[in-house]
Amino acid sequence: MHTNDMARLMPDYCRPTTLTEALALRQGGSRVLAGATDHYPSAGATLAGPMVDVTRIASLQEITLQDGALRIGACTTWAALAASDLPPSLAALQQAALQIGGRQIQNCGTLAGNLCNASPAADGVPPLLVLGAEVELASPHGTRRLALEAFIIGPRQTALAADEIMTAILVPPAGLPGTSAFLKLGARAHLVISIAMVAVRLVVDHGRVAQASLAVGSCSGVARRLRRIEAALVNAPVALAPGLITSADVAAALAPIDDIRASAAYRAEAAAELLRRATAQVLA
Amino acid sequence: MIRFILNGAPVALDAAPTERLSEALRENAGLKGTKVGCDAGDCGACTVLMDGRAVCACLVPAARAEGCRIETIEAVTDTLTRLRAAFLRHGAAQCGICTPGMLMMAAELVSDTPNPTPDQARDALGGVLCRCTGYARIIAAVCDAGSDTLPVSPPRGQAVGRSVARLDGADKVAGDSFGADFAPAGALVVKAIRSPHNHADFTFGDIAKFAARPGVACVLTAADIAGRNAFGVIPAFADQPALAPSPARFRGEAVALVAFEQGTDPDTSAFPILWQPLPAQMTPHVAEAPDAVLIHANRPQNRLVEGHVRKGDAAVALAGSTHVMSGSITTAFVEHAYIEPEAGAAWMDGQTLVIRACTQAPVMDRDETAAILGLPNHRVRIIPSAVGGGFGSKLDISLQPLLGLVVLKTGRPARMTYSRAESMASTTKRHPAEMRGRIGCNALGRITGMEFDGRFDTGAYASWGPTVANRVPVHVSGPYLTPSIAASARAVHTNGPVSGAFRGFGVPQAAIWQETLYDQLADQAGLDRLQFRLINALRNGDASATGQQLQAIGIADCLQALQEPWTQALIRAERANATEPVKRHGVGIASCWYGCGNTALPNPSTIRIGITPDGKVMLHQGATDIGQGSNTVIAQIAADALGIALDQICLIGPDTALTPDAGKTSASRQTYVTGRAALAAGRSLRAKILRLANAGGGATIGFEGPDLIVREGSDRRKIDLSGLTADMFGYALSAEETYDPPTGALDADGQGKPYAVYGYGAQMVELVVDTALGTVKLIRITAAHDLGRAINPQLAQGQIEGGIAQGIGMALMEEYLPGRTENLHDYLIPTTGDVPPIESILIEVADPEGPLGAKGLGEHVLIPTAPAILNAIRHATGAVITRLPALPHRVLDAIKAVQQ
Repeated sequence: MHTNDMARLMPDYCRPTTLTEALALRQGGSRVLAGATDHYPSAGATLAGPMVDVTRIASLQEITLQDGALRIGACTTWAALAASDLPPSLAALQQAALQIGGRQIQNCGTLAGNLCNASPAADGVPPLLVLGAEVELASPHGTRRLALEAFIIGPRQTALAADEIMTAILVPPAGLPGTSAFLKLGARAHLVISIAMVAVRLVVDHGRVAQASLAVGSCSGVARRLRRIEAALVNAPVALAPGLITSADVAAALAPIDDIRASAAYRAEAAAELLRRATAQVLA
Repeated sequence: MIRFILNGAPVALDAAPTERLSEALRENAGLKGTKVGCDAGDCGACTVLMDGRAVCACLVPAARAEGCRIETIEAVTDTLTRLRAAFLRHGAAQCGICTPGMLMMAAELVSDTPNPTPDQARDALGGVLCRCTGYARIIAAVCDAGSDTLPVSPPRGQAVGRSVARLDGADKVAGDSFGADFAPAGALVVKAIRSPHNHADFTFGDIAKFAARPGVACVLTAADIAGRNAFGVIPAFADQPALAPSPARFRGEAVALVAFEQGTDPDTSAFPILWQPLPAQMTPHVAEAPDAVLIHANRPQNRLVEGHVRKGDAAVALAGSTHVMSGSITTAFVEHAYIEPEAGAAWMDGQTLVIRACTQAPVMDRDETAAILGLPNHRVRIIPSAVGGGFGSKLDISLQPLLGLVVLKTGRPARMTYSRAESMASTTKRHPAEMRGRIGCNALGRITGMEFDGRFDTGAYASWGPTVANRVPVHVSGPYLTPSIAASARAVHTNGPVSGAFRGFGVPQAAIWQETLYDQLADQAGLDRLQFRLINALRNGDASATGQQLQAIGIADCLQALQEPWTQALIRAERANATEPVKRHGVGIASCWYGCGNTALPNPSTIRIGITPDGKVMLHQGATDIGQGSNTVIAQIAADALGIALDQICLIGPDTALTPDAGKTSASRQTYVTGRAALAAGRSLRAKILRLANAGGGATIGFEGPDLIVREGSDRRKIDLSGLTADMFGYALSAEETYDPPTGALDADGQGKPYAVYGYGAQMVELVVDTALGTVKLIRITAAHDLGRAINPQLAQGQIEGGIAQGIGMALMEEYLPGRTENLHDYLIPTTGDVPPIESILIEVADPEGPLGAKGLGEHVLIPTAPAILNAIRHATGAVITRLPALPHRVLDAIKAVQQ
């Protein structure tokens, strides 16, 4: 049977309690529904086509530490994430959690939803990029892990296969040291789709930057790590580090566009300034 | 079946699993208190609690409620009781459309944090948009929700001047009934087919076949319009079709209607229409080019109207001036962004078509709808619903004739609710303005002359374009003595959205040009910017630019009230800047004046007060309350004039069948014009009663059951109301009075007496500009407004705070782009975190023409905000902003331009 034919036989909506059931529904052609906050804005009276609601699967809600790696259940809401006791390297992610939509959105929206929606302005992406995060994708054939950078392949495009469900976001041990910060820039205080946003994670050792991870969102089709600048920061004395982030280097690493919110030139310049500030904030 | 606990009781709803919970609550459970403002999680109006957590009900699949506790605004809980009381005490609800969402969001907050700080409240409520209040009173209420104490009604004779809680407040905090919240059973659901192009020819396919689809009750096009298919708020310019014949002149224009049976999927995606896009003229520059196509054949150069004010010889005056500043500035389309999209229902009551919808102008709606439908006026009755914000756009008809067409065609009730995108695309906007000119002063800083030329993009149809073109030259001098002036403003048609009325009719744009130039002129003359304004402020007996000798001018009082805060703010800014190179503090000031009521045209209001045979006082109050408070203010004036306690008054209306015409809610005219009518009606009825009782003016009036008791000294006289012959309205006693402002026509040079009453104000903004990012953070706004007499200080302050919030939006973030910002996440309006603390100073320079001295206020309050912000940005950085909104990239560019 073709997937389309299968889909016609599927129930419009199921909310299973196990991943196995969910994967079976997914294989039958259901789309995955997590927080649902990105599904409804473009929808009519109801959502089109069969949906598998994965928010009742307990294992998808848990945050656990296993073998030195942090595992964040895919359906962890932003509110739950912000309220969790997490290492300081996840401070950027927790700060982002408090700036995604309003409180109502934070109560529903999930990490996995943010990643699978793959907006260039997805607030969750830069803070996860600086953690070197991976995503765990389950299918009836097993699970696979993919670096977040490999998962989001373009604006609104991901590597999620038609039979897969994202089950977790994983922060490997290498991503957990240090402290991070998140800065988001928009034309108003709340409910901001950012003009630019940055996340910075630094590990400091004896007054020098030992490890640096920097990422910028909303300034390219997909949020990017800025590896050349990261390399330039390593071994820099703390006091000098922010000054090493030059606007030219940042601009070269990004591909911003002109749109209603800002000009491309402004975006690159603002991103550099935000990176300097976030770096200074982490080092303060 | 979806089973859950709804407001404490188990329910089972037969809803589709992925139906929005908001729809399931409203349509399946019948609870209309949950409001829908955007269906996208952008506005928060639909916020409900799900197991105690706030969610946007429009983003929740109904099936997810299974087994949950859902609480809506209809819930009765201790927390909500206290919050409601706090909202009433603080005047936190204006139009009331955001109030349910605010209350539910606040309920989550105070259950986690019983005594929140203002910052905590602002953060928690950041996801609920309000367009009326500026948030200050909402935040104050949420932080003061410890008790359920309700406000008390004032005693007899003491209503005016008191911060009386709004009389419709209890409805607002319970989830009021707006346009979308009532429809007769079985009402057809009406959907419009709208142009997806800025300009396009179109042809219909097989409409009969589409109309024969199951669930489709009827299809209507321009061919079905029996009357005159052209409406417009100014009859001489009526040009806008209710349903356009080809071509469509702007994106969002309605060209056909489909009425669907209730319960069917109102899907119009297969509607048979073929579009052929035509070249669109999207700017006045293009539309005025020699080779431009005429958008309306009878309007050469695509010019709708040009207004002028000429006095003296401005060119000569400028040539002889010690200092002259010239400048130009451009503003954007601004969307009203009320949280209630247009909605309503209609049905037949015998031979009368009844339309219940949100509106600011019920009588105009009736007359225009009747003309389109080919009905006599008396066969159309307009019942305004509660109005979830208007700000000018709901002065024009929108869905009223569309509903009427369906009801007349089918004989069945119908309802229609615009989507957010539909509301934004199809209704009016603030005119984008391109303004330039010069202002000069002498060595002492006295203004010598002004030249002004403004081009206003009036969009595809006339709407209020003529009013803008005429109001702007009259007001562009600002409240300053300007001996010679040459000002002209023209409204130019484009294929953009229709520009109409938006709080100030073009005056806010003109004030941005004038007040920012004044700032630069003050600097050039070496004068303090406040002093410069004070030197030039109009004084009693001065003549305006239109040659009108003015009285009761409060601008100097407003500026003087700001003197001390101004001095302090300048010191604070200087101190802060001494140590901070990147985040630069600045202080700005700007003034306003604004004529209340129609420009040089009659605009009467009529108020009726009746006493029933059983002793009830009925106030027929036809001034639509769109949140500003006319239900309360008019009643306060009437109660004191009649000499009874406010809580003895029963409000009737607005309703074209029940209330005499109190005109439209626009032009800051209701408190003044309808207030004068209420004052006269109250006094007239009182005089009748006293005559009947043979009592003197000092007597008091009271009721004991059906008896009217008149006391004078120790004398007590009883009038048996049930024994009096009922008058034509069925009342034992009644009075009806009309007031029309005494104005005069303007001559060809714009000279004359366009308004009988003006209001004045000045605002001061303190802010910080991040010079590395171009972002602006507002610290404090101090606003002094002369409103003649504060009938209700709390409502007046609410107007000031709300107007300022809209001014902030206009200055810093709002820009409507057709086809691009038709939602509330790309079109930004201020949130709780964008409005700084506001201190209001109410100045009362009584106007002998106003009721008890009162002047208008509603529009004045928006005018100074944007220029004061721009002036503060320039003070902080030197940057001169010439294009609004001042988005961060534009501010940064302007800063760089100074540095170079």
